[in-house]
Amino acid sequence: MKLGFYPGCSMKGGSREYKESVAAVCKAFDIELVEVPDWNCCGATAAHNLNKELALSLPARILAQAEKAGLSEILIPCAACYNRLSVTQHELNENDKLKERVKSILGMDYQGTSSIINIIQMIDKYVLPNLDGKVVKSFNHLAACYYGCLLVRPHGILKFDRPEDPVTMDNVIRKIGGSPVEWAYKVECCGAGLSVSKTEAVARLSGKIVEDAADRGSQVIVVACPMCHLNLDMRRPESNKYLKRNIDIPVIYITQAIGIALGMSGKELGLQRHFVPVILKEKPEEPAPVKPAKKVVQTQEMEA
Amino acid sequence: MSGTTHQTTEDNSLSGELLMHTHVESMRCYQCGKCSAGCPMALDMEYPPSVVMRMLQTGDPELEDKLLRSYAIWVCVTCETCFARCPMEIDIPKVMDYLREKSLKMGISSPKAKHIIAFHRAFLDMIDKTGRMYELGLTVDYKMRSMTLGQDVGLAPGMMSRGKLGLFPEMIRDKKHIAGIFSKTIKRKEGGQ
Repeated sequence: MKLGFYPGCSMKGGSREYKESVAAVCKAFDIELVEVPDWNCCGATAAHNLNKELALSLPARILAQAEKAGLSEILIPCAACYNRLSVTQHELNENDKLKERVKSILGMDYQGTSSIINIIQMIDKYVLPNLDGKVVKSFNHLAACYYGCLLVRPHGILKFDRPEDPVTMDNVIRKIGGSPVEWAYKVECCGAGLSVSKTEAVARLSGKIVEDAADRGSQVIVVACPMCHLNLDMRRPESNKYLKRNIDIPVIYITQAIGIALGMSGKELGLQRHFVPVILKEKPEEPAPVKPAKKVVQTQEMEA
Repeated sequence: MSGTTHQTTEDNSLSGELLMHTHVESMRCYQCGKCSAGCPMALDMEYPPSVVMRMLQTGDPELEDKLLRSYAIWVCVTCETCFARCPMEIDIPKVMDYLREKSLKMGISSPKAKHIIAFHRAFLDMIDKTGRMYELGLTVDYKMRSMTLGQDVGLAPGMMSRGKLGLFPEMIRDKKHIAGIFSKTIKRKEGGQ
């Protein structure tokens, strides 16, 4: 089958391994990704911080280009792009005057009828139903599924999963043989676009996320956003410095986790491109004594 | 401070303006403080989100001016946690976007936020020129603007060896279309910066 595809800028550069693993997984399930012709940047954080009309027009051009190419369903693996395009579509559908204004800025027709799906929705819809017999190497690891902000908020617009305690990624991990951990930082912010302009804030926020994952015994953090990955992986030296700890839990994309379970090589999935080396420890046979997370009282029953 | 919740769009306060342009009613806030409690950036803000809402409610021009000059509006990362938890479903991130744009247009944005704004500007200029974000070019441009030349240079070799940093920008074909969008939006409003 064919599926519209908006890679976004990160996947061409800093997170090319995300694109590599998305492509590898899609190929394994006979999904042909058709790129939106001559796509542009969605404007990311910068556009909506400085100018509303620009922040709506850039994503609207992408959607208009997709419509022109007859792509009715578009996969957007980057959580930030997924968010910007979904919010734009919603705002323009709610406000005819604004829609006309944006159409005149674009000088293009725009309907706003495309169906936008994020990576987990794609996996849910096209990968999981066809997973039987394909998992050759159980993903036998304790995994902290990290959703971040932009996949689940604003919930009223995205209507995806639950805004405070989402579970869809945890389900995917379970289906490939993994064990999702219960933890408190699933949807906490990593510091996002402040990575370069206010790195100390990112060190603090990402540090707390990584620390909670570590304290709950996680062996891997699984993400679905290039920005989150960058902050949890590339900014690890800064966050470790903030924590005064040396946490070496690798951070991988959900599509890399699936690829590993399908028996794909590390190179095929781009695992060598991460800053924190991807060394996955097997889940211990017996539940290891887990250091209690801060302020959580551990009962005796858990030990029994 | 009568605590009135009645507001019309004729109101010429900043909160009235917000109501007219964004349909967000700041008057609905009853100061429960949930937004500030969950805000990951509240520590860095001189006015956390609930205080921003209260300042808007007063309609006091002096407080409105302080708000538009604040660092808080720039350090907000639009993580949307406040909106998700607000019992009155007030779209605070939308308020922040509006305040940032207005602060910039009035030329009174916080000097403390100059690095954050420089990064956003470098980012948008890159898209204006090439249609897409290009990490190396963006970083160099930002460093020139913010004069933070030493910071993060250690990352470049690591990114390069991991194939994460291209040497040349990838441009879209219809660059003119993108430039047109910029000249009709952000450049029009800022008088062609």
